[in-house]
Amino acid sequence: MINLFKIAIRNLIRYKRRTLLTASLITIGVVFVLVFVSITGSFKAMMIGQITDSMLGHLQIHRKGYVASIDNLPLNLNMKPKAYTKIETLLAATPEVEAFSPRLKFGGMFSNFTETTNIRLNGVYPEKEFQTVPLLTSRISEGKKVLNRGEIMIPTLLAKGLKVKLGDTVVIVATNADGSVNGKQFIVSGILESATGPGGRDGYVHIEDAAEILRMSEAEISEVAIRLKDFSSLPAAVRQLENKAAGDVDKEGRPMFEVHSWEQLSPFFNIARMIDVMTFFIKIMLIAIVLISIMNVMIMAVYERIREIGTIAAIGTLPGKIRSMFIIEGLCLGVVGAIIGDFIGIAVVVIINMIGIHFDFAQQKGMLLTATLQPADLLTISVIVIVVAVAASLQPAIKASKMEPIEALRHV
Amino acid sequence: MIFSRKTMKKGRRQTVALIKAQDISKDYKTEDVVVHALQDVDFEIEPASFVSFVGPSGSGKTTILNLIGCLDKPTAGNLRIADTEVVGLGRKESAAFRGKHLGFIFQDFNLIPVLTVYENIEYPLIMVQNIAPQERKERISRLLAAVDMTDQAHKYPHQISGGQKQRVAVARALVTNPALVLADEPTANLDSHTAYAVIGLMKKMRDDFGTTFIFSTHDTKIVGEAEVIFRLEDGRLIAKEKGGTKP
Repeated sequence: MINLFKIAIRNLIRYKRRTLLTASLITIGVVFVLVFVSITGSFKAMMIGQITDSMLGHLQIHRKGYVASIDNLPLNLNMKPKAYTKIETLLAATPEVEAFSPRLKFGGMFSNFTETTNIRLNGVYPEKEFQTVPLLTSRISEGKKVLNRGEIMIPTLLAKGLKVKLGDTVVIVATNADGSVNGKQFIVSGILESATGPGGRDGYVHIEDAAEILRMSEAEISEVAIRLKDFSSLPAAVRQLENKAAGDVDKEGRPMFEVHSWEQLSPFFNIARMIDVMTFFIKIMLIAIVLISIMNVMIMAVYERIREIGTIAAIGTLPGKIRSMFIIEGLCLGVVGAIIGDFIGIAVVVIINMIGIHFDFAQQKGMLLTATLQPADLLTISVIVIVVAVAASLQPAIKASKMEPIEALRHV
Repeated sequence: MIFSRKTMKKGRRQTVALIKAQDISKDYKTEDVVVHALQDVDFEIEPASFVSFVGPSGSGKTTILNLIGCLDKPTAGNLRIADTEVVGLGRKESAAFRGKHLGFIFQDFNLIPVLTVYENIEYPLIMVQNIAPQERKERISRLLAAVDMTDQAHKYPHQISGGQKQRVAVARALVTNPALVLADEPTANLDSHTAYAVIGLMKKMRDDFGTTFIFSTHDTKIVGEAEVIFRLEDGRLIAKEKGGTKP
């Protein structure tokens, strides 16, 4: 085998310019794919991180039917305290769960005593919320990173629109489940930067304040946001929680709860899928580049070496070894192109990070993209290139191995 | 391996033929025409012979060498080489048979350009016969010395002369210890001095290793170096003559 490699490498060196051109083409393809995968992958990961770690959590549990009406924030579809206790017990017994935060969501009127507008609010236990969505505190552009009773954190657009500042007193008026209206004064303790996606322009109050406005003797729960220890275990965790929650049924025997991952709750998931589709097509283009360039070079190699093939076949080289010789040449081209491409790709990503890519995404301004290359990406792309290189060599190699030595020796 | 098999039968010493061809014919078909390249050729060649097939262009020299070299199949007839009926061999079996029993010397030398002289000789031992490194080294050193190419061992084919290339080709053909070496016009691309030197080298190799050499040529001076001469004309074997003296 070592000798087959030796001969293959020497044959590649023999046609230096052609080998260099082909390897360069593969290298350029690998570099472009790696840079694309790195930037889009990092953008996707960053946005998913923003969405899950500052608003949604990795997954959520609601009372059955709540998500279908989530735009209305229906109070009649909240979990009763007894039902929430079941979820709390279930989550406490699930080792994959790092933290969870019950929320009481409601819509209300926000007034600064001169102007009034509508607002969506989350009643939360601040410590639990900050553990479940740790980037929420990073969205607090003004004010303290705590939320006490009687305090409210409001989105920056609302603060600007109504000219509300930190420490101002505002009034929240909300309609209760029975249709009556109640109001409560709050001190503005924090201004939140807006974030892209559902819940990105919501305000926050303490859950006990929310229950007080809504005249609930004990807080009902609209949703439970959950953070996992390992984000990659999301699909398994969703299945596991669905199975566990499936045992809880209402009087009519229907499931009481529903489990949704962030993917089902955020429209950004469709953008993420688009990124995946684009990445897939970029990889297809890479495959085409490798396939065409290597097949071209190997067909030429076979054509130019017909007499040599005849000679080695005549002296007894078995067809399988002749086939292997050409496949190994393709393999070597693929390996060289992939390795050089990997190194240059890594270098380009490092340079991009040194320069720094800043971008705006909806209301989020000046985000810095840190391009990263996962070892899995390097491995996947390298394996694709090498496998395609071998596949591209197969046809010329088989042709070479099937040549009749007598005809090959006659070739001029 | 030195191929020199003799058997005793009914108290009489008999030499077993290395090659036995019976009624060999070979036709080539084009669209409308059938060309009879060989017609009903019979011959026997003994081990350790130095044989030449001679004749004008188109007489069938190359065809007969191709058949003996298992590079082609006869249209009719039987051909037995080294106790093997080679006509029925498949593609892989033919390759294996060639690798085990036959050596080839080509008119254009056909050395592998990316391999050095040493590596060209080594090639069949690695790629065809899978010989252990130590034995490879011994065989190659012996043959390099025999063809007087030891000091050129690490040169590439493009760095040596035509005569030297053919000496390397002789060494490559012999390195697998074949029973038979086939050389199709081995001196056609060499000047007369070098041609004689190569034929002399082949003869010496036959003497040293007991290998049968069969070569084709149209060079009348070179023909005389063969010990057995088969004359071909229009695809028919017309004469078997005695040439130089077999020791």
